[in-house]
Amino acid sequence: MDGTALLTITVLAVFVGFEVVSKVSSTLHTPLMSGANAIHGIILVGAIIVAGQAADPWVLAVALLAVVLATANLVGGFVVTDRMLHMFHAKKDAARTVTGPKAGSK
Amino acid sequence: MSLLDPVWTSLLYLAAAVCFILALRGLSSPRTARRGNLVGALGALIAVATVFLSARLENIPWIVGAIAVGSAVAAPVARRVKMTQMPQLVALFNGVGGGAAALVALLELAHSDDPWVRVAIVFTLLVGAVSFAGSGITFAKLQELMTTRPVVFPGLPVVMSVVLLAAVAAGVAVVVTGSLPLAVLLLLLGLAAGVLLVLPVGGADVPIVISLLNAFTGLAVAASGLVLGNVLLVVAGTLVGASGTILTRAMAAAMGRSVAGILFGAFRGGSTAGSTAVSERPVRSSSAEDVAVLLGYAQRVIIVPGYGLAVAQGQHTAAELALALEARGIEVDFAIHPVAGRMPGHMNVLLAEANVPYESLKEMGEINPEFKTTDVALVVGANDVVNPAAKTSSGSPIYGMPILEVAEARQVVFLKRSMRPGFAGIENDLLYQPQTSLLFGDAKDSLAQVLGAVKAL
Repeated sequence: MDGTALLTITVLAVFVGFEVVSKVSSTLHTPLMSGANAIHGIILVGAIIVAGQAADPWVLAVALLAVVLATANLVGGFVVTDRMLHMFHAKKDAARTVTGPKAGSK
Repeated sequence: MSLLDPVWTSLLYLAAAVCFILALRGLSSPRTARRGNLVGALGALIAVATVFLSARLENIPWIVGAIAVGSAVAAPVARRVKMTQMPQLVALFNGVGGGAAALVALLELAHSDDPWVRVAIVFTLLVGAVSFAGSGITFAKLQELMTTRPVVFPGLPVVMSVVLLAAVAAGVAVVVTGSLPLAVLLLLLGLAAGVLLVLPVGGADVPIVISLLNAFTGLAVAASGLVLGNVLLVVAGTLVGASGTILTRAMAAAMGRSVAGILFGAFRGGSTAGSTAVSERPVRSSSAEDVAVLLGYAQRVIIVPGYGLAVAQGQHTAAELALALEARGIEVDFAIHPVAGRMPGHMNVLLAEANVPYESLKEMGEINPEFKTTDVALVVGANDVVNPAAKTSSGSPIYGMPILEVAEARQVVFLKRSMRPGFAGIENDLLYQPQTSLLFGDAKDSLAQVLGAVKAL
């Protein structure tokens, strides 16, 4: 892909990034940050490409380190965000079932 | 091995990019947040599957092994971490992402002849390294492996300037020569810059720095996408960079700070006052029974939870106390400061975990006018977010931060472990006021005692 096309995409992505989070309440700042944090773990794709082209064992070793780190970012990021959000979700259920049978909850 | 046509590869990457956009959008609203996160994970899955199917890859068993190792380390930690320690975990994940981007750029240097690609490599190396080292320091601060207060030494601005100038020089040299040793030097300079950037940031500002470094990592990932000519990395990285910047500004605004002020305030000096000295002035300490009487015969009570409540795991007891008071016909609300806990929104997560109904959680702007008509403000393990010094003392490190105006309430009760100042390291004058009484002890124990006494009334 040529340079100008990449530049176009980059600039458009900047505006989309500004736009999608412009109206977020402070309640969700932490989960949103954590979710965005997970998304940049997609550097895993780059790490896989580099590791897949590595011929020299040293290069492979460094690339595999990058794969491990990127995976930790990606997987850990989504899991911890889900846990945070699960709590918001659980609360909604609790409010709805507040008159229901208490037994067996959790 | 290349099973997929390049057109399909592009389309699948596009699908993944759309997933990420929808994920960020979903995460911006409470109703769709959880689905948003899952959509993001789906996008990541599509992207990783696509790269395996479309790129010509060697060493696949090694790569799969490395992915397994990374998942096996990160997933259990993420699943088991206490919610109070979640901010430092996010910092850690952010740091390793930045580190991965820097390593990818370092390895791509050998394949790059185009000077523009080398510019992107230099950018990724530097910003990735800053993010890695900076996140490491924020982790150490939040985990209290090192002091949580700003670390400044004379000459810090000079050292920082020297490091940055050296980094620029090394960067230019790498672009011109493509030399690997120089690139490694650049990486080390980036690590040094990251440490120096975060050291002078202290106290309640640390979470904002995590958000800023999160945006940095996004930019590093975007630049690595330019290096590899991979559109998905460009889009995902830019999205995170842009949304992270907005989010950082929103967080800073919630605390009445500017991002530049947080980063460079300490360099200018004078803003880092604050002491661990404990004043000898008398305070009024009281018993759980006294507190129970105050609460039990009030009409309106506002509970102000802070980090102390979270570390003591007292959120469930606090929720029970609120129920017990409500059963006596008392109006009870929780006043949530935007940065209560260790991160914006952290306290909402913790109280949600304890099933406190959403309607009882009041944001600062909504609850502040109500303190005037409140009989008792019960401050549990919070300090800096109710410290009037933020309004009155211009030399204070928290000056300008909006606070919960508990001083307006008729009675203020602090449940505190000790007279030790809060995370920002500054004393709270409110503790010595005549309407204030203190109940010392672990937040959860104190709450349990008060709860017992209220039930016995």
